Parts: sequence; structure tokens; C-alpha cells
Amino acid sequence: MTVKRISKNTRTTFITYGFVAAAFAVLQVLNSSGDLSPLLSGMLIPICAWVVMAISLNLTVGILGELSLGHAGFMSVGAFMGTTAAIALQRSVESAPLRLAIAIVVGAVFAAIVGFLIGIPVLRLNGDYLAIVTLAFGEIIKSIFTNLYVGIDERGFHMSLLKDRTDLLPGGKLIIAGPMGIGGVERISTFIAGFVLIMICLIVIFNLVNSRAGRAIMALRDNRIAAESVGISVTKYKMMAFVTSAAMAGGAGALFALNYSTVVANKFDFNNSILVLVFVVLGGLGNMLGSIIAAAALTILPEALRQFADYRMLVYAIVLILVMLGTNNPQIKNAFATCFDWLKGVFRKQSAKVSGERKEV
Amino acid sequence: MSFLNFLISGISLGSIYAIIALGYTMVYGIAKMLNFAHGDVIMVGAYICFFAVSRYSLPPLVGILVAMVICTLLGIIIEKLAYKPLRAAPSLAVLITAIGVSYFLQNAAQLLWSSNPKVFPMFFQRMVSKTTPDGTVQIVPVNGIDLFGGELRVSYVTIVTILVCLIIMLALTAFTGNTKMGKAMRACSEDKDAARLMGINVNTTISVTFAIGSGLAAIAGVLLCSAYPTLVPTTGSMPGIKAFTAAVFGGIGSIPGALLGGLMLGVIEIMAKAYVSTQLSDAIVFAVLIIVLLVKPTGLLGRPVREKV
Amino acid sequence: MMKKALAFIMAMVMVLALVACGNSNTDPQTAPDDTTPTETTAFKIGGTGPLTGGAAIYGNAVKNAAEIAVEEINALGGIQFELRFEDDQHDAEKALNAYNTLKGWGMQISLGSVTSKPCEATATEAYKDRIFSLTPSASSTAVLVLDSDADPVTYKDNMFQMCFTDPNQGSASAQYIFDKGLATKVAVIWKSDDVYSKGIYDTFTAKAAELGIEIVSDTTFADGNDTDFSVQIADAQSKGAELVFLPMYYTPASLIFAQAKAAGFAPKWFGVDGMDGILTLEGFETSLAEGVILLTPFNADSGDAKTAAFVAKYQEKFGEVPTQFAADAYDCVYAYYQALTAAGCTTDMSAADICSAMIKQFTTMTFDGLTGEGMTWDATGAVTKSPKGMVIENGAYVGLD
Repeated sequence: MTVKRISKNTRTTFITYGFVAAAFAVLQVLNSSGDLSPLLSGMLIPICAWVVMAISLNLTVGILGELSLGHAGFMSVGAFMGTTAAIALQRSVESAPLRLAIAIVVGAVFAAIVGFLIGIPVLRLNGDYLAIVTLAFGEIIKSIFTNLYVGIDERGFHMSLLKDRTDLLPGGKLIIAGPMGIGGVERISTFIAGFVLIMICLIVIFNLVNSRAGRAIMALRDNRIAAESVGISVTKYKMMAFVTSAAMAGGAGALFALNYSTVVANKFDFNNSILVLVFVVLGGLGNMLGSIIAAAALTILPEALRQFADYRMLVYAIVLILVMLGTNNPQIKNAFATCFDWLKGVFRKQSAKVSGERKEV
Repeated sequence: MSFLNFLISGISLGSIYAIIALGYTMVYGIAKMLNFAHGDVIMVGAYICFFAVSRYSLPPLVGILVAMVICTLLGIIIEKLAYKPLRAAPSLAVLITAIGVSYFLQNAAQLLWSSNPKVFPMFFQRMVSKTTPDGTVQIVPVNGIDLFGGELRVSYVTIVTILVCLIIMLALTAFTGNTKMGKAMRACSEDKDAARLMGINVNTTISVTFAIGSGLAAIAGVLLCSAYPTLVPTTGSMPGIKAFTAAVFGGIGSIPGALLGGLMLGVIEIMAKAYVSTQLSDAIVFAVLIIVLLVKPTGLLGRPVREKV
Repeated sequence: MMKKALAFIMAMVMVLALVACGNSNTDPQTAPDDTTPTETTAFKIGGTGPLTGGAAIYGNAVKNAAEIAVEEINALGGIQFELRFEDDQHDAEKALNAYNTLKGWGMQISLGSVTSKPCEATATEAYKDRIFSLTPSASSTAVLVLDSDADPVTYKDNMFQMCFTDPNQGSASAQYIFDKGLATKVAVIWKSDDVYSKGIYDTFTAKAAELGIEIVSDTTFADGNDTDFSVQIADAQSKGAELVFLPMYYTPASLIFAQAKAAGFAPKWFGVDGMDGILTLEGFETSLAEGVILLTPFNADSGDAKTAAFVAKYQEKFGEVPTQFAADAYDCVYAYYQALTAAGCTTDMSAADICSAMIKQFTTMTFDGLTGEGMTWDATGAVTKSPKGMVIENGAYVGLD
């Protein structure tokens, strides 16, 4: 009986795990048998990265209830730091999956550190002011990576800002070359790694949400003052959610960057943060499965619209507006609901019939 | 003298941010939504004015009026189709819709007017006859005033922009303070439910706000492109984001705040470029913004929000 | 809650249905042709470039010109081409998606990508898939390099460029300024988040230092910060620069000219091939660009009959004067035409077979196009053609020697 009482949360959790695992299994089988088009098979890893971005932002926006407009900044930190680690370890670590794992962890750790540092000032603010400060940090991170030079030689890492003053010894390698970003990256990301990363993030999020800390975080979201008055530490729990979210975005960044032979800081701009926010809002705040589906669908959508040629992005915009209207307008929603009720009615009648028939047999 | 020159450049850039920020702040104050499509309405306004003046050779003033009328209509249409159905929805849903509208306007502009840049005509110059050293008299356009024997140069665009910015701000303050509609707007921004109980038509008020904001966007577009005369379908997006930043800087929802925020942002940006580094100027601008918000969490002139339990 | 979730699922189903429709419509095209090899009578030539977004001018110029060249060649009745050009929004991720779409379509030869960073991403894939690529305009050396750690550096054997590489342009510009004694004090304004600009800037400054040209002012701008140049101009002016070097495209350059004029600053201006197109800007006051020197392989106003015919056709079809991007793309298609004819390739050959034939052709052949006579390619894939010095006089290019 106890199972039934908590079943709602657990059910959502297991449906989400099941959905991700099933989608992975189907795609993996299709991909290895070569039934997937080159386009889709090439998009599997970026989709995983965007899914992780979406669920991690959902932790900030949906669970913590703070609007962040700079999530791509954390992705950028993960992408650059993770890729740097992967390149630095190219010779010493032979196994590519191990190198990928290290890169993702490095990316996540650095993003978490940056998340913590940013969190100190950001989390003192509220609402739209918090949002604009995250936007500002996102732009600052972009600006720094555009002007950062990192090289490695036998003496270790060398760093400089604005101008290349790394003075590498012969045989050294300039990894991050300012505006040129990172080039000639070995592509070591795999779909399996993407799947594992999604699962780890889901486990972390669901365990967090269903824990004491998670309830404290949601209490802060629903009513900060009330939560504070019962002794919940605002800074601690806000920071916990924010840093976790940043770390996941960092991991996603590393996975994403190592799927391409080149990374530039401009990729992770404001528009990118907004894109992830669109996934989250479309999927429903706090709804992880929704985020996953929305991220996958909206990543595929522009590619699927290629048949519209010149009108592609115009159609994308219209679809986006229509979906938002469709999911949020009460009238349209009611129309859907009526439709659903009707379907349910038909279904019940039929199942009643079926069971009736069964009885007869 | 170079410091004064930079200051003037900063004020000029800042007053353009300020005009755009006025549009953001008005809509935010009343509808509590971030209208991310505002920057793109500016771009449309600039294109309309460009075509009216360059292709159909209308006088500049008529061009601006045409742009204002079309932008106002555009604002009303966008509001009717995309925002009004979401009046009851959470503000994030409206934000995403606004982003959709922004994509739509940018791509529609590219399809209609091509991605090739257009160079905006010079409006603010006057023809002066000059005698060249070899004795011939030439009529040359002059686009600014020289002060201190040429050490300091203020262009007409700068002067016009600052004046227009002040006029709009005063007009808006007068409008919201004295007219019936203005009072309705203020009432809505205070408390929508209470306003409705007092017999104010909240829906109409919000629609009117959008119309005014979009009309202002047309003026902002013309001024933006007069100062920086290259017009592409993405012209509005970055100034839009910067102006949004400016609006928050000054305290979002506050009309004088938008002016102050815009000017500050412009001056800081130019000073950062001039005295620190052109490469890091954006980072510096945003860093200053963060510091200001930490000291004054609701912006320079924003009203502190009282929290109700 | 239930209703909301339901509405969301409905909406997603709509989106996915749309996606599915999209796929089913393109499926006949993406089906591999190897079962019916004789049915395809045209070489499938693909390319990616920014057709939407901030860099859309470049992608559209390439696409338009390639279409013209394909039409002309198909009308000749010999080798036939089928062109498909996909949008990559100047982004490596989208470029790879676009590339994979083209691969699914059965692309046999490629025009690479229009811009450098996306081209780096697609070139790596094309190298693995053995699809020959000739990019009209992705000018960074990283596009060609296979492994920069190797000693000596190795290059992708199937990646070729129609434009000269950025390092080439930077040192050629410095050399030109030195040889002609144009200036001893030079200012540089470059775009700090752009591979193209940075590539030229690096070699320009290196060469300038070697030749003893003093760089007195070195300022930058970036995306989203590319409207106000008052500081950069004031810096160059106050430090007494006689010449300002502008390694950038013409859109920001047009703003710099206008603002420099307003500030009363009139140095010598020196541009690179990205400057070409400035005279075609609608509404641009050409007097602002008076005296600008640029190195460009293409001149839309030249008396050359081939160029005139191309320009006329482009204008008639698209209502704009073609830029150097367009000319390079036009040349690419014709270079393919020449190479495929010479190698005797047939449309039923696999991409890999065509690739090895093309590698042989391109490293040995000489090609005359709109952007240069007697072009040759070395094994790295870089083109050898000499940039022509041009100066803008009375709103038109005049050749400099």
C-alpha cells in the first residue's frame, strides 16, 4: 500500500528512465544496423548534449524557480575545459572512452566551480534582476574565452589573455587559440557516453528532488519567505541546485565539443542560452521527461524543415509560436481536452465492450 | 579633448540604447513581460523608413511617419495574434513566444529584403557652400558642429538623438501622469486585478502600451540607423539585448530609469573601449552591470519591491 | 496538470508529425542510388553555408553563383550537375547536420562550407567519407590541415580551396605596403572573434614587424559590438597612423569609413578580399571609399567578357552585383567541370572514386576563372593565384601594379 501512496512521483521517475532507456535502445539498434539516415545518426550525440542542457536548466528554472539566461556560459566552460583536458591527455591516456569520461568530469568540475563563483553574487538577487545577471555572466564568459590562449608544453600549462604570450617550447601545443577557439579536436564523443550522461543527470536530479534538500529547494521556489521562516537556509539550497545545474551543463558542453573537430566561444552565446530555455519552457517547468522530448524534437525540427528551403527558419518560428499558443492558451487547451475526453469516452466504451465480450467467452 | 570626444560618443550611443530601453521598460512595467521582439520591430522600422526614403524618395519626415504607422500596426498585430491569447499564461511562456516572434521578424525581413546590407541615408546634415583652395565653390554636406576649433566634434545625429530621447521621455511621463489612458496604465502596472475592479479595461490598456512601444521602436530604428548606417535583418537584435540590459540597469519599469540606464551603458561601453581594451569592452560593461545590481538590486531608479508574506 | 501535460504531448505529436512528414518527403531523395546506377545522369554536388542569420550574405552569394554556373554548364549539354545547397547558419553543429543531409542525399562532390569554422568541421567528415571538397571561400589554413601536431604538418588530401589562405593575404598586404612605401605607421582594426580576420591579422603583424613597419594602433571589435567605431578611429588618429589596415568584411568597413569621415580622419585605407562588395552596398556613398586600396582576386567592373557576362546574369537573376564570394563559387563549379571532363568521370562512379580522380586532376591542372588566370593547386590544397592590388577611384576599381 505504501507503494501506492508515493506512486505518483516514483511513477514519473520510472517512466522517464524507461523512456530514455527505450529510446536509447531503439536508436542504438537502428544506428548499428545502419537504418538511420546519416543526418539522424550524426545528430544523436548533439541531441544527448542538448537533452542534458535542458534537464540541467530545468533544475534551475523549474525546480529552483530562478530564471537563468546564461546557461550556455556553463556549457562553454565545460566545452573548453573538457576539450583542453582531452587534448592534454591525448598521449598519456590511450583509451578514448576513458579520455572522454575524464574530459566530461573535468568540464563538469570547472563549470561547477564557475557556477559556485557566479552563484555567490547572483543568488542574492531575485526575479528578472537575477536573470539579467546570469545573462551578463554568460556574455562575460564568452568574452573571456574569445580572448583566452592556453598552451601546453613539457613545463606544463601556460595561459594568457588578449594576446598569445604562452611562449611554448618547441613541441608544445597551443590548445585554445583565442578567437580561433580550439581546432583539430579528435572526435571521441559517443552516443553511449551521451546516454550514460543523461541517465546520471536524471538520477542526480530525481534523487535531489525527492530528498530533504530537494523539498527545501522547492519550498524556496514556492514561497521563499515562508521557507526562510521555518529555518531553511536560502543560500545553501539555492547554491546546491545552481551548482549541480552548472556542473551538468559543463558535462554536456564537454560531450558536445568533443563531437566536433572545432570549438569557438561564439557558439555559446545568448541565443544558445535562450534556445535551451525554450526547451525547458516547452517541455514544462519541472517536467524532466518534457524537457527531454522538447530538446530532442526542437533539435531535429530545423533539420526536418529543410524541405522548406529558404522558408525553413520562418516556418521554425511559426511552429514555435503555434506550439506555445497551443500549450498555453486556455481555449486551445480546452479544445484539446474536449478532444481527449471524447477519445477517452470512445476508448472506455470499446474497452467495456471488449471486456463484456470477454466475459461472454 | 579626447575624453570629451569619447564622452560625446558614449552619450550618443547611450541615448539610442535609452530610446530602445523606453520601449522595453513600458511594456515590462505594464504587461510584466520581456518583449524580446522589440529589437526586431526596430529593425522593421528602419527598413520601412529606408525604403520610403531611398526607393520612393519620400521626404525623411514622411518616411519616419510611415515607419511609425507601420510599426504601430505591426505591434498591434503581434500583440493580438501572439501575446493576447497568452494573457493568463505564465510569463515565461510569453517570453518564449516573444522569441518566436523575434525569429519570425528576422527571417521574414531576410526573405523580403535580402541579407545584403543596405546603407541608411544621411538625414541629419546640412549643405554648406565651401570655397576650395583653387577657388571653386563646392556644396558639401556637413554633419556636425565643430567646437574648440575642431578639437571637439558633435554630430547632428547625436544632438537630434539626445533631444528626441528627452522629448519622448517627457512626453511619456506627462502621458502616464495626466491622461486617462496613462493613469490606467499606471494602475495596471500596480495591480491588474484591482485596476479591473475599478472598471479599467486591462486588455485594451496592454494593447495600447504595445502600440506606443512599437511606434517608439520605429523612431529608435531610424535614429539607430542614422548613427550607424548599415542595415541588415539582424540589426535590431544586439542593440535590443543591450537596451534590455540598460532598462534593467536603470530599474525596469521606470521611465527615467531607462534613460539613465541607457546613457550609463553607452558611456561605460565607450570608456571601456577607449581606456581599457576594445577586446574586453563587453565583458567590462556587463561586469559593471553586475556590480551595480549587487549594490542596488532593483536597478538605479527601480522601486524596491516590498515582499508580502 | 493532466490537461497541461496532455496539451503538451499533443503539441509535440504535431511537431513530430511534421518532422515525420519532412522525412517521408525527403526519403525518396535520400534513398541510395546504387541499386539503379544508370538512372542518375547528373553529378550530385552539395555545399553548406549560412543562408540565414548574421552571415547570410556570404552563403547566399555562393549559392546564387553556384546555381548560375550549374545552369550554364547543364545548358551546354555535356556533363550535368545537380546542385543542393544547405543552410548551416555559420555554425559547426548545423554545418555537420547539413553535411549529413547532403551525404544522405548522395552527394558525390562537395563545395565544402562557405565560412572557415563550419568548413573545418565538415572537412574532417568529408576526409573520412572520401568526398572531394573544393571550398569557394573558407580561407583559414585549419580547413586544409589534417594533423597540426605531426612534424611536418599533414594536410587533408581531398580538401582544396578556391580563395587564397588568410596567412597569404596578411603577409602579401604587409609586403605590398612596404614595397610601395605606402606608410611607415600603420593602424590595424580587426574583428577579435572572427577566424578570418584573426588569421590575416596574425600574419600581417608578423610580416610588418619583419619589414620594419610600425603598428601604432591595434584595436578590435566583435559581434554585437560592431556598430560604434569612434574609439578605434580616435586611437588610430591620435597615434598618427598614415594607413589603416582593415582585415574584415565590407559591412563593418562601411561603418568605419562613414564614422572616420564624420571624425575628420582621412588616412590611406587598405583592405583585403573581404572588402570587395563595398561598392555594391545599396545606398552606400561611394565617395566614402575613395582611395581605398584592396587586394582582391575579383573585379565586377573589369572589362573581361567572362566577368561581364557573369555579372549581367547575376544581376538579372538576383538584382545585386556579385561579390568575390560569388565569383569564387562560380569558379569552383567550372573547375569541377574542367576536372571531371578531363578525368573522364561518369555519374555512376562512387564519391570515393571521383575523389581520387579529382585529387589527381586538381594537383596537376591549370584553371582559368573569373578570379584569376592560370590557377594551380599544390598538394596541401591551397590555390596559387596572385592577388591583384586595386584602388577605388570615382566609385570603381582601378588596377594597381
